[in-house]
Amino acid sequence: MKHRLLTGLLMASSILGSAGVALAQDAALTIESWRNDDLAIWQEKLIPAFEKANPGIKVTFAPSAPTEYNAALNAKLDAGSAGDLITCRPFDASLELYNKGHLADLTSLPGMENFSDVAKSAWQTDDGKASFCVPMASVIHGFIYNQEAFEKLGIAVPATEEEFFAALDKIKADGTYIPMAMGTKDLWEAATMGYQNIGPTYWKGEEGRLALIKGEQKLTDPQWVEPFATLAKWKPYLGDGFEAQTYPDSQNLFTLGRAAIYPAGSWEIATFNTQAQFKMGAFPPPVRKAGDTCYISDHNDIGVGLNPKSKNPEAAKKLLSWIASPEFATIYANALPGFFSLNSAPVKMEDPLAQEFVSWREKCKPTIRSTYQILSRGTPNLENETWVKSANVINGTETPEAAAAELQKGLDSWFKPAK
Amino acid sequence: MSEQSLVHSQDRRPRRWHIAVFLAPAVLIYTVVMILPLFGTLQLSLFGNVENSQVFVGLDNFRTLFGDPRWSQSFWNALGNNTWFFIIHMLVQNPIGVVLAALLSSPKLRFSAFYRTAIFIPTLLSFVIVGFAWKLILSPLWGVAPNVLDLVGLKSLFVPWLGKEEYALTALSLISVWQFVGIPMMLIYAAMLSIPEEVIEAAECDGITGMSQFWKIKLPLILPSIGIISILTFVGNFNAFDLIYSAQGALAGPNYATDILGTFLYRTFFGFQLQIGDKNMGATIASMMFFIILAGVCLYLFLIQTRLRRYQF
Repeated sequence: MKHRLLTGLLMASSILGSAGVALAQDAALTIESWRNDDLAIWQEKLIPAFEKANPGIKVTFAPSAPTEYNAALNAKLDAGSAGDLITCRPFDASLELYNKGHLADLTSLPGMENFSDVAKSAWQTDDGKASFCVPMASVIHGFIYNQEAFEKLGIAVPATEEEFFAALDKIKADGTYIPMAMGTKDLWEAATMGYQNIGPTYWKGEEGRLALIKGEQKLTDPQWVEPFATLAKWKPYLGDGFEAQTYPDSQNLFTLGRAAIYPAGSWEIATFNTQAQFKMGAFPPPVRKAGDTCYISDHNDIGVGLNPKSKNPEAAKKLLSWIASPEFATIYANALPGFFSLNSAPVKMEDPLAQEFVSWREKCKPTIRSTYQILSRGTPNLENETWVKSANVINGTETPEAAAAELQKGLDSWFKPAK
Repeated sequence: MSEQSLVHSQDRRPRRWHIAVFLAPAVLIYTVVMILPLFGTLQLSLFGNVENSQVFVGLDNFRTLFGDPRWSQSFWNALGNNTWFFIIHMLVQNPIGVVLAALLSSPKLRFSAFYRTAIFIPTLLSFVIVGFAWKLILSPLWGVAPNVLDLVGLKSLFVPWLGKEEYALTALSLISVWQFVGIPMMLIYAAMLSIPEEVIEAAECDGITGMSQFWKIKLPLILPSIGIISILTFVGNFNAFDLIYSAQGALAGPNYATDILGTFLYRTFFGFQLQIGDKNMGATIASMMFFIILAGVCLYLFLIQTRLRRYQF
């Protein structure tokens, strides 16, 4: 009896084993990513579309938690166990991987011609000669508002800063809604949805950002301190106990209809569409005086690169070329409204909120987050410090001037602008 | 016994292989998972990354950690916070543990098994659950804390504790105390149960009862246990990381007010967001943590434990 069981087991394992061999004839590709929210979209839409067009290639999307992604990926790459395709964070995190030989040069990949230089800038060497990730999506900052609340209180969509604060005052005086849903507990909201959202209007987008990198401007200059001063004015309009309000708290406050304005990134659109029961609208960061040029943060956020140690580089390149194609851009941008394609080919989107966000590209000047390129290369890390300082300024524990001075001091300690 | 037989037995003393064999698994595993990594860390802290290759730099990393104003400020801030974390545990957790154990060991107390279990359960919970649950309890938006305070008319006392620089670390320390108070309680409880009945009876015959019995008889007898608990608390606190990370994130906000050595090490070693991990500086901080804990434990072993009086029954 025992004997037969053993034989049975052995036979079963040999059959299963050969089944494994049969599967292995397909080229299997694994994609590393931090976007675990996108798992369903990859599995249900993107991968089937690709596999249908390219039989014989099997793709697995293997995301990990966003906060752990960089550390986990580095460890996997060092150990040689990382997937074939690697989702790229913008700028230095990926540049570092490229310099270490963990990302292959994709400059000549078919499909790269579909992207503008600005789109590729986040995944290029400093001299712009080599590109190492296919740009996938960008996110745009702005404010999402509760349309019903605005109609009930008779507030027009604010275009200037003055109108913006007048609207906040009106909402606060009415008392039905918390004027603005934002907390400082998780720090990054204050910096990303606060400072980097309204800031470009002050430092004139790319002009100021590049001047900062060239060393012509300093973070202590008025155009870099004033956004902090404006942030400090937000404090009275945030909810009770905003100091301990986390990012999910803010999202819930807004989608439950308890707050009127949400300083947002466009990535919220998909979640908000499913959760909010009211009509939503969006407006770009208000300008300082009527008639001023508006600036938006249109930040390159996701790219995909190739692990040079991949066992199936040809299959992986096919997938990358497909990701660079307009077909991918259309599926992706519509499945994930709020992640805007960087492809030069225009993409038609169905979602009205996403259309609103992307329409700002026409009338406003886009820029990327000021701290991302080059300036966060050293210790102390400017981006992380900006999180802490922005939260401090809103909490009122540090003055805008002091916060900016500290940031500049930290930057000076390691950053020598190329003259 | 003649001299000859003694010599004889020395000659023929069998090599006791079995000792080595039985020790081998534990020694091997301990070496692989503890001792080698420890020396690996110490070694890493003496190296630096120069043009993408590891180069021996001697004590340069330690010089940076203490000499560079920013590194040293972060380090002293973390060490200071860690010390405050430890002080709260010593002042709150351990006395409460002793009191609870004293109450539990009182023969008059009913349902003592129930209390014992209930108080010990948080210790078994995952820190993720503890961090998340308390974040919710203390949440100014949906938490029960503001409502409960409102019920007793003390709403004005509510503060978003975890978001205020001046309170966050103390609040987190108290959460940790809540979680781990079961451990000192259990250890002291066991020590109290091992006090022989005769000693207590003799004390009663001499008219020492109630509080004075606790102070004069029981407390001196459980002092060695309290010593052990103190050193366990010290080691645990200076290695702490999980609660702060799960409640406040890796940047240990607000404004690094809750940054302890563990989170500082994590940020440095693994990197965070745009900050790229620096394993050499990370190892330097880890080595400092090791030295601090080593110094603390040595201080205890050589200065305090040797002076504790033990009673034999």
